[in-house]
Amino acid sequence: MSVTPACVLLVEDELPIRRFLRPSIDAAGWRLVEAETGQRGILEASQNRPEVIILDLGLPDIDGIEVVRRVREWSAVPIIILSARGQEKDKIAALDAGADDYVSKPFGVGELIARVRVAMRHAARQAQPSADATIVAGDIVIDLPRRVVTRCGQEVHLTPLEYKLLTTLARHAGMVMTQRQLLREVWGPGYAEESTYLRMFVRQLRQKLEKEPSQPRYLLTEVGVGYRLRLE
Amino acid sequence: MRVTESRPDPDALLTRAQAEEPQPRHGRLKVFFGMCAGVGKTYAMLQEARERRQSGTDVLAGYIETHKRTETDALKVGLEELPPLWVDYRGVRLRELDLDAVLARRPGLVLVDELAHTNAESLRHAKRYQDVLEILDAGIDVYTTVNVQHIESLNDVVAQITGVSVNETVPDSMIERADEIELVDIPPDDLLERLREGKVYVADQVQRAVQQFFRRENLVALRELALRETAARVGEQVRVERAGRGETRPWATSERILVCVGPSPLSARVIRIARRMAAAVQAEWLAVSIETPGQSEIATAQVRRNLKLAERLGAEPTVLSGDRVVDEILAYAVRHNVTKIVVGKPTLPRWREWLRGSIVDELIRRSGEIDVHVVKGEPEDVVAARASTDRRQVDWKAYAAATGVIAVCTILAAIAGPYVPTVNLTMIFLAGVVFVATRYTVGPSVLGSVLAAFLFNFLFTEPYYTFVIHDPTLFITFIALLVTALVVSGLAQRVRRQAQGMRTRYHRTFALYFMSRQLAAAASADSLARVAAKHVADVFQGDTVILIPDSLGHLAAVAQSGEFAAELTNERTAAQWVFEHRQWAGWSTETLPASQAIYLPLIASGKPLGVLAMRPRRPESPLEPDQRHMLETFATQLAIAMERAAFASEAEVARREAETEHVRSSLLSCVSHDLRTPLAAIAGAASTLVDDPAQLTGTARRELAQSIAEEAGRLNQLVGKLLDMTRLEAAGFRLQKDWYPLDELVGAALTRLSSALHPRPVTTDIPGDLPLLQVDGPLIEEVLGNLLENAARYTPSDSTVTVRASSATNGILVEVMDEGPGLQPGTEKDIFRRFVRHRPSGDRSGSGLGLAICEAVVRLHGGQMGAENRLGGGARFWFTLPVTPETPPGFSGASDSAAADQTSPTSTLETMM
Repeated sequence: MSVTPACVLLVEDELPIRRFLRPSIDAAGWRLVEAETGQRGILEASQNRPEVIILDLGLPDIDGIEVVRRVREWSAVPIIILSARGQEKDKIAALDAGADDYVSKPFGVGELIARVRVAMRHAARQAQPSADATIVAGDIVIDLPRRVVTRCGQEVHLTPLEYKLLTTLARHAGMVMTQRQLLREVWGPGYAEESTYLRMFVRQLRQKLEKEPSQPRYLLTEVGVGYRLRLE
Repeated sequence: MRVTESRPDPDALLTRAQAEEPQPRHGRLKVFFGMCAGVGKTYAMLQEARERRQSGTDVLAGYIETHKRTETDALKVGLEELPPLWVDYRGVRLRELDLDAVLARRPGLVLVDELAHTNAESLRHAKRYQDVLEILDAGIDVYTTVNVQHIESLNDVVAQITGVSVNETVPDSMIERADEIELVDIPPDDLLERLREGKVYVADQVQRAVQQFFRRENLVALRELALRETAARVGEQVRVERAGRGETRPWATSERILVCVGPSPLSARVIRIARRMAAAVQAEWLAVSIETPGQSEIATAQVRRNLKLAERLGAEPTVLSGDRVVDEILAYAVRHNVTKIVVGKPTLPRWREWLRGSIVDELIRRSGEIDVHVVKGEPEDVVAARASTDRRQVDWKAYAAATGVIAVCTILAAIAGPYVPTVNLTMIFLAGVVFVATRYTVGPSVLGSVLAAFLFNFLFTEPYYTFVIHDPTLFITFIALLVTALVVSGLAQRVRRQAQGMRTRYHRTFALYFMSRQLAAAASADSLARVAAKHVADVFQGDTVILIPDSLGHLAAVAQSGEFAAELTNERTAAQWVFEHRQWAGWSTETLPASQAIYLPLIASGKPLGVLAMRPRRPESPLEPDQRHMLETFATQLAIAMERAAFASEAEVARREAETEHVRSSLLSCVSHDLRTPLAAIAGAASTLVDDPAQLTGTARRELAQSIAEEAGRLNQLVGKLLDMTRLEAAGFRLQKDWYPLDELVGAALTRLSSALHPRPVTTDIPGDLPLLQVDGPLIEEVLGNLLENAARYTPSDSTVTVRASSATNGILVEVMDEGPGLQPGTEKDIFRRFVRHRPSGDRSGSGLGLAICEAVVRLHGGQMGAENRLGGGARFWFTLPVTPETPPGFSGASDSAAADQTSPTSTLETMM
């Protein structure tokens, strides 16, 4: 651990949630900054320069999505959304607005801490692109410089689009990507609504990479939201 | 027994109660009744109105005809008078009662002079008494005046006395309806004196007629008539009073009188006589007309007029159709328990009667228990009646054909003549006559037989070429020919008529049957209206519109057949009037006859449901009585069907309410028990942790924390499911459909539940070639999740859970199977109801909502869901999801590009490397 602990900004109006998160974040060795409102959150974000922002979507003053938008104007800091199950639309909107991941309420602390770690790692990777040349998800290894994908040491033949899709997911490894984001990055902006393409290719990727394609372990579907490449 | 007799008859009490009860709603009618003009009815009415005004009644003079008599005019002073409605009619300005102004002004009492007045054509009602009825219905009292000669049933009597016939009449029912009758009477001599003094209004141009009318003997007779009528009315009131007190038996007679109405103006007199007979014994009476096929249009129109008169006089009119008049009358009389039949004296010459048979004779002979009264018609009408009945189209072609046939017979006879005995030649002619008779009416048949007889006589009997007859047996031949012609043509004609009648009846019955069948199939009020509009338009050859009130009570067209614009203001007014007054109006009726269409209220169980409007394509021929009946039957059918639909939807609402009620109580028990139990556990554990943290060992603390976590999880699940259920059942809920491969949804559900299922082995069997599903992904994932969760909850941890999918006939079948204890037999259906826990297990961790949510989701997707035990043990839950025939957007493009992508497999990748 470095001398200055990483800073986590928690924007959440509910006191009980802030209270139960405090000890766990402390235990993880991070410095916690709390904000009760969206406005306050934006202010704290600019003053403290946190490594990760945990943002509740239902805030008393401004919409959580608006907070994401405003922060994204000047910062690429990873933002993890807290939202209730069943509000897929809000999640997608927040993710498309620039949030990096989400956790459904109610959630286990362990899950949230894991997501924060993933986000931090992702940010670090973004800062030093050359560092992580290979991405490992269980028995799947993606060797970016060589453009080779292996499973259990065996090389897997992928079409260019499959490869592009896999690497896009891998770049955000551990974090969710909405269908729109994936389509835009892999196929181009004109294809943002063609979710059927995406499904076809995810299916093909699973056939090639998963041991049991109908019970995927790595290429996970977040139904109604998008996909996530799980690293183990 | 004796006690019962003096007890008031409940029916009589009811009649009286009905007469007394509606007073708060209906206005009271007082009639100032006089023997003729000039007795001072208007004067008496105004005088009483002034008294009423002084005692505080809000009196409005609606329409007063003072004929500029100064004394009467003086009485008007101080009374509020309604400005008359001026109507231009063929260049004449007519002064009329402004009905709508009266209704809008709503006085307590309105004065309307001259009840028998006929309104100008453009007004709503044809007659002023109809205006008065509407005012009474609006709860406004009315004072009115009428003369004895204007009473419908006395009309002809007055005409007989005075020789002056009056066209403006008031139905007797109107007088019977009056709550009070005041006879305004002065001795004839005084009246004549007033006439001489010029105090009685007499228009100049009719001076002489009036002079003839106002003769002393006439006045005496009219006075007697007026006194008698008043006495009869008073007697009736006394009778009603007495019957109510049980002093006498209320109905001295249980008579029912039937009057036979024919196509002759003299039937009117017969009808009036029947009416007086019925009134004398307080009997119900029926007017029946027999419509024979082939009846001329003029005759039909006359019958219609007569029946209308009977209806105005209070009879129940009926048109029967059939060929055998007497049979029909007697059958109808027996069916309706008629005790007396009134029939007009025959006016046919005796020979015709002898030929065709007399209806009256036959009726008298066969009437059995029923009395038959034969009354006289008026002779001068007979010619007109005959002329009207006999003015038929002469079918010249038929006569020509008859002549032709006989000519052929003659040629045949001439050819056969040398070879056969003369007498046998008659057979050829007989054959010809029979041929003609079976085909044509009596006229051509008789012509044929006469021609045959004469030609036979002229050409084939000795002496030849003369009409002289030597052999007397030939007379018999002639007569035989004639009788054969008459009998056969009569029979043939009867058969034809019956066939025609049958056809008409068949068409009507079929039309009705057809409509009721389609009505039975229709479910909503709109589709019912559409069916009815179409049928009415077809059967009656008119543009039809069905109007139903909207939430504000404004009628709006819900179904239309043809191009009739019921939106026109006039027509809209008519429709609204019909709806509010529950009476017919419009074309072919006496109310708003200027309307383009006829309007019928749709009434079921006494409640108006809407209006049927029909604009005839040929407005010049008015509706026949049987068509009216038919139209009414259609309307009734529709109304009943609409009521049925309303009941059905009400029942559905009630059923839903009951279900909601059940759910609410289940929810309550769920909230009170299932929510509270975990809450109590959490609160208890948490408070222990807060209060005495020092006294607890590390293990104990962990256990408490553990139980808090578990119970909170349970609580969360329960709340989540309650929310889901609520969301699914919310009125505005819509599925967010998108294209998904099933394996992806299964995969997501398995991932989500992997810890719950652990360590059970899960096998999936999902063919790769299943079509994409257009579903609400998160919801279907939830269904799968709930089923997997169930499997995890109720099965031992080493048993296998299987998810299988396959193509079914109209979609995809998904099965989730376990190897647990299975379902309790007989509960396979119940488990999908809310708050039912389905496995024999003491574990209450399930909410009892999971399967209900699954079922609701699947149902919303148009699929089905079920559960059963597997043969080898364990439960099998299945559901189907329909596959939409359309391909997902961009699907073909995607597969193409995928294929293109596939065809250059790794080579591209390798070259790129």
